[in-house]
Amino acid sequence: MKSLEDLEKKINSELTTKINNTEIKHNQIYIETDKEDIVDVAIFLKTNQDTKFRQLIDITVVDYPEQNQRFEVVYLFLSHEFNQRLIVKYSIAENEVIPSLTSIFPSANWMEREVFDMYGVSFKDHPDLRRILTDYGFEGHPLRKDFPLTGHSEVRYSEDQKKVISEPVKLEQNYRNFDYESPWEGTKYIKEEIENNDKKN
Amino acid sequence: MTKKIKNLNLNFGPQHPAAHGVLRLILELDGEVIEKADPHIGLLHRGTEKLIENKTYMQAVPYFDRLDYVAPMNQEHAFALAVEKILKIDVPIRAQYIRVIFCEIGRILSHILNVTTQALDVGALTPSLWGFEERETLMTFYERASGSRLHANYFRAGGVHQDLPKGLEEDIAKFCETFPKIINDLESLLTDNRIFKQRNVDIGVVTKEDALDYSFSGVMIRGSGVPWDLRKSQPYDCYESLEFKIPVGKNGDCYDRYLCRIEEMKESVSIIKQCLAKMEKGPIKSLDGKISPPPKAEIKQSMEALIHHFKLFTEGYRVPKDEIYTAVEAPKGEFGVYLISDGSSKPYKCKIRAPGFSHLQSMDYLIKGHMLADVPAVLGSLDIVFGEVDR
Repeated sequence: MKSLEDLEKKINSELTTKINNTEIKHNQIYIETDKEDIVDVAIFLKTNQDTKFRQLIDITVVDYPEQNQRFEVVYLFLSHEFNQRLIVKYSIAENEVIPSLTSIFPSANWMEREVFDMYGVSFKDHPDLRRILTDYGFEGHPLRKDFPLTGHSEVRYSEDQKKVISEPVKLEQNYRNFDYESPWEGTKYIKEEIENNDKKN
Repeated sequence: MTKKIKNLNLNFGPQHPAAHGVLRLILELDGEVIEKADPHIGLLHRGTEKLIENKTYMQAVPYFDRLDYVAPMNQEHAFALAVEKILKIDVPIRAQYIRVIFCEIGRILSHILNVTTQALDVGALTPSLWGFEERETLMTFYERASGSRLHANYFRAGGVHQDLPKGLEEDIAKFCETFPKIINDLESLLTDNRIFKQRNVDIGVVTKEDALDYSFSGVMIRGSGVPWDLRKSQPYDCYESLEFKIPVGKNGDCYDRYLCRIEEMKESVSIIKQCLAKMEKGPIKSLDGKISPPPKAEIKQSMEALIHHFKLFTEGYRVPKDEIYTAVEAPKGEFGVYLISDGSSKPYKCKIRAPGFSHLQSMDYLIKGHMLADVPAVLGSLDIVFGEVDR
């Protein structure tokens, strides 16, 4: 498809019920779908002659701990043919298992492992779902919002045991997160002030 | 009597000079032929994304230097572009040229390192000695502009931190005159070198289809004959107004990727020359006082400037609620930032898409059936830097 608008129409007409919402912004197209439909959507995007999203750029998850559907899974696609980018999203609750895209895009393998490692989201039919970035024997999922920045454990070499040991984090001083939020509104506020002054004058 | 033959498992790394960092590669060997490769990464994982979520937008920039530490400013560029697009601010033209110049310097830095260390891995020592001398010159340019040889922290949303010091433009121009000769020297050592060709031609061949399936980008996809470069296809900053060619490989092997990198360095030199010729005096960062900090001299005189300075360096600027994916053509491939802002002065989420991650993932597919001695050659041509793979 030449333009994003055509693409939006095409996707909506072909996938109809599988698409919950589409939006164009920043010269990219954002699509909302459901967990059950992601495999069909991905196959369509990859194989259809008018879309040809041949590359899966990345998979990631956004954590919104205050929501019922805590995690938002995000897939980024790229079509070289039409020079377009597309973002597919859907929300899931904690402990939900989601389908893997490894059979469609081999590159999804490590991306899904990373998501599993960082957020603890499990994938069905993934050939090799292990932790990838964190240490062997690591516990917890670091990119969840409720995981502390300092982590739970630290490692050091123990002279007594003659090996590297892991123990709970001991901090000399806690991580200080200052709250600088203030009524300073930035440009908007100044603009309003100027406008008000102009009116007065 | 039959003998049972078991495959040999070999640990390559995590401390191995040819692993280009901390890679633990577990190889399953049948004799000298590799049956399976399982890269264990994450030994340099620092939780960059988590840290960025806890810092203001301006404080997040230095973390990008520490990803691909061979070409720091290219990473900063991706983040700066993402924030600029959400804030909808324009970058002054001089700042755009400065950014492009330093991105191309970054590209040369990265390609010199890669080409020469790859040569080192397959047995040629001299190229690295010659190449690193040039890298040193380039890093002094970094230092003169930003104050730091590697971790520049130079790009800002809306421009760059400060203007180029006096004389730097002339020195970069001089470098552009002398550097092509060095590339020719390197080529005369490697391009037709019998040993170098024996070690690289037809090694680690990637077909077009597989390059797409494995999410390759940058030289890895161009080496396989796909003419795809984000500087051309989705131009950012002033790349649209510059003329340059995209070198494309034919066979998709390590040797073609080496040739692509050599050609790209030549193109980068030409881009830098064009920028220097077109560059005029002017502002180097956005004039919006709510985003760019005021100059030091002004702080002494103006109350408003003092307030801005204080607010920008404590609270930082706020970015409206939005989400965006922006990518730049970093030396190693498509480097992207998926940024979600929530209206506060800290990013809600910042996912970093590193090209090396998907390249290294394909190690098993690339190396299967090759000899053990080909591992360093393939690994070298993937252009892996662990700063960005592990984040």
